[in-house]
Amino acid sequence: MQQVVQEIKNLSIGFTSKKGQQISILKNINTKIKKGETVGIVGESGSGKSTLALAMMGYVKHGLYTISGECLYQSNNILKMKNRELEGIRGRKIAMIPQNAGQSLTPNLKIGYQIDEALKLHTNLKKENRDNKISELLNKVRLPSPEAIAKRYPHELSGGQQQRVAVAMALAGNPDLLLLDEPTTGLDVTTQAHVLELLNFIAKDTGTSMVYVSHDLGAIAQVSDRVIVMYSGEIVLDGPVRNILKNPIHPYTYGLLKSIPKLTLSGLPDSMSGSQPQPGTIKQGCSFYVRCQFAEDKCKINSPELEFVNEFNTSVRCFNHKKLHKQKSIDTSSSKQLIKKIQKNEILDISSVSISYAKQKFLEQLLNKIDDSNPTVKDININIDKGETLALVGESGSGKSTILKSIAGLIKTKDGTIKFDKKKILSNDLKKRDANNLRAIQLIFQNPDESLNPNHTVEEIVSQPLKLYFGLTGEELKQKIIEVLEKVRLGEFYLTRYPRQLSGGEKQRVAVARAFAAKPDIILCDEVTSALDVSVQAAVLNLLQELKEDFGTTYIFVSHDLAVVRAISDRVAVLYQGRLCEIGPSDSVYKFPSHPYTEVLLGAVLEPDPDVKPKLVAEDIVEEKPPEKGCSFQGRCPRILGEICKTNVPPWQIDENGNAIRCHIKINDLKKQQKLN
Amino acid sequence: MLILVLKRILLGLITLFIVSLITFVGVEVLPGDACTTYLEREAYGAALEACYKRLGLDIPAYERYVNWAVGVIQGDFGYSLSGEMKINDVLGPRVKNSLVLASASILIGIPIALLLGIITALWRDKLPDIIISTFTIFSMTIPEFISATLLILIVAIWLEWLPGIVIVPTGASISELLPNIILPVIAISMIMTAHMARMVRSSVIQVMSSDYVQMAILKGVPYWKMVFKHVLPNALLPAINVVALTIAWLLGGVVVTEVVFNYPGLGRLVIESISNRDLPVVQALAIILASIYVVINLIADLLTLMLNPRLKSLQIKK
Repeated sequence: MQQVVQEIKNLSIGFTSKKGQQISILKNINTKIKKGETVGIVGESGSGKSTLALAMMGYVKHGLYTISGECLYQSNNILKMKNRELEGIRGRKIAMIPQNAGQSLTPNLKIGYQIDEALKLHTNLKKENRDNKISELLNKVRLPSPEAIAKRYPHELSGGQQQRVAVAMALAGNPDLLLLDEPTTGLDVTTQAHVLELLNFIAKDTGTSMVYVSHDLGAIAQVSDRVIVMYSGEIVLDGPVRNILKNPIHPYTYGLLKSIPKLTLSGLPDSMSGSQPQPGTIKQGCSFYVRCQFAEDKCKINSPELEFVNEFNTSVRCFNHKKLHKQKSIDTSSSKQLIKKIQKNEILDISSVSISYAKQKFLEQLLNKIDDSNPTVKDININIDKGETLALVGESGSGKSTILKSIAGLIKTKDGTIKFDKKKILSNDLKKRDANNLRAIQLIFQNPDESLNPNHTVEEIVSQPLKLYFGLTGEELKQKIIEVLEKVRLGEFYLTRYPRQLSGGEKQRVAVARAFAAKPDIILCDEVTSALDVSVQAAVLNLLQELKEDFGTTYIFVSHDLAVVRAISDRVAVLYQGRLCEIGPSDSVYKFPSHPYTEVLLGAVLEPDPDVKPKLVAEDIVEEKPPEKGCSFQGRCPRILGEICKTNVPPWQIDENGNAIRCHIKINDLKKQQKLN
Repeated sequence: MLILVLKRILLGLITLFIVSLITFVGVEVLPGDACTTYLEREAYGAALEACYKRLGLDIPAYERYVNWAVGVIQGDFGYSLSGEMKINDVLGPRVKNSLVLASASILIGIPIALLLGIITALWRDKLPDIIISTFTIFSMTIPEFISATLLILIVAIWLEWLPGIVIVPTGASISELLPNIILPVIAISMIMTAHMARMVRSSVIQVMSSDYVQMAILKGVPYWKMVFKHVLPNALLPAINVVALTIAWLLGGVVVTEVVFNYPGLGRLVIESISNRDLPVVQALAIILASIYVVINLIADLLTLMLNPRLKSLQIKK
């Protein structure tokens, strides 16, 4: 029997509603964390996973309280401890690595001080030894020149570096248990893969137990030995990682896995209807009942207990798990293929576009010119056909959103032209665009919470473009609004709702409805699904695809999530530091990633399968500025040739599939090299 | 950094120039001028001419502006009408008195405000917060002339502890002023403290709920160490600008309070010179008050810049 580090018994945490009801956020959680084990806790937002992780440190957020149960650390209930006792455990025995390291490091204190603080509290080292230890820790998390890093303030580091500092700080006290709350969410794919690899290494190296909380099954698959799936405050599935991800015997996990787009598959993932119930709304029966495709009458009345299934060494909360098991492992062939209706009819022509963020000097402002030899975005040439979905991918800082904004007219271009519908040149000044051009191009933003006016009802939000572009009024307007809302599967019922009364998925549907109300020719989608849960993401992707098939709209889709891009796009453009690296049909880009950068990006993607490991071929350095000369990717390229890459801009090469890349290495040589690896 | 400071100073000077223009033009376009006001019914013929000549009002307006501006730059505000004193002599003691009043209020008010703000934030929604917050909201909403009058009624008239109004000459020394200013200081700091305490409270609460404070708790940092190292430096930074505005407001003369207590400060001078239509003094006061605002805000901005590592390194990079 392995030693147990922490045991959670019958834990319920909740709050008292305004009506005085007690509402549980966590319901009767029972689990044990063993020594040296990494447990992944997975669930969508609102499933209670973060509350559980914080409870493991004896921390309950303002407004919440423990209803029953205990969290035992060395047979002491840490939820009942005094602050003095907790201070001895936190950081020393149990340490936390937070979700957003950038906001979790105190802004006015230097990195070195913040790590030193943990060392002072939790070790007996003397000052000079502590200085060495700081360097040692920063080295361990693979930060370059630790002495220099220690003297910096948190904001002077990149996101990946901040996350590493947080890891170093957590390791300072030599804890028995590390709690990680979404530690890689918000990082670029390559950085994320590197941080996970580091965590895996640390777990092995130090023998620390880890609890890894995430909504990302891909990350969970890479680090966990055991996975706990949470839904609506309950554990619904608990077992070894392979059994959970390859043979999910709970309908929620099954649906969740099916709704994740996969890198190796084209076509849209299946979506799960509905969303997680609000805490306190489920009075009886299984909390997953309304969304379950295997539900029976008894599920509505009786709540299933967590039941241990010997065959899989897994606990499951479902009456029908045997039936689900017969469905066999994840049936992957059912992904919906895209129906392609691309006409060979160019709708948007972006030629030699450069965009600069350099501040205009006074004289330049007068002459309406920008003098910047090394602009943020340079030399972008893309033609888009009517009905096509073009995806722009790249890490943060690759200029993908910048290009989108310049098409929308929100940022001025420095050079080059953007032509709409063959002849009409779109002015780079938004004020000079006429109403019809404005109507033709609509934007959907990443975060519907910020893009919808919180003081407007859904009716007012959707009516704006209808009034503005079509001059509709009265009954006609109302009918049209309802029609548009029904298109996005929201009915008349939603007219009087405010954004705050909608779920994340519903809000994004309203944003989609607002864009479509203008009957646009082109819709620019800026990370439209990245703020959504996986199951909702699949539903929004499916909706976008259906609308496109109905209206023949053209999409330009910006995303950092390569699997999502694979699912929805016809053609992909890969960007690095504001320069195009590769552009081609999705199928061939994903099958033969010819450009070294595409290879790096695709290699770092995390699949929800513990047996598919990411390939880390390049360092995850963050470059602040594109290089002055030569290839944009020279700084990180694993296949760099030498001087030529640093001096000459690489030429375009096209292969037989229509895949164009910009590289000094011959395209066929690249493919051969990639096959060898 | 140096360039930024110079830029801010230049901006301040431009502001002052505009203020001086506006007051000058404002005074010009008002019906009547210094002489008609001064001479009243005799404002005609030779007397008026003589007055114009004496005050230098017989030359074109732009020339007068230039002369006046040159004088101001050299620290000479010209002559007042009532009593025909040098304005510098009128202003000097008033500025000193106002400074005494303001610094006393600041020295007492700011520490109390910080303390109250921090206490209410750390014991949020608990008894100390409820009591103090009730008090601060109360003293914020009561207008100063009422609280000042009540103070006089209770402390001076009923209890007879302190003088109710200030009956010292304008040129009184600080030791003469001291017992007299206690009540005005209390009246002024009540409002000021309440405002600032509310500000500090919300700022501290905001920082307390931030991710980095949660992280510090989860790191095992003892409570008070966390408060002093992780919370206060970040929470008090935005308070600097509010404090600066309050100080400027104080020096600018808490007009009502000064009038209620008959205190010979700048605020009362403003009222007096406006009612006497002593336009040169009004002009001088406008410039002085504007300069106080500009200088104090400049100091506050520079302080914020120096204390906030985020802004500091931003400037160095550029």
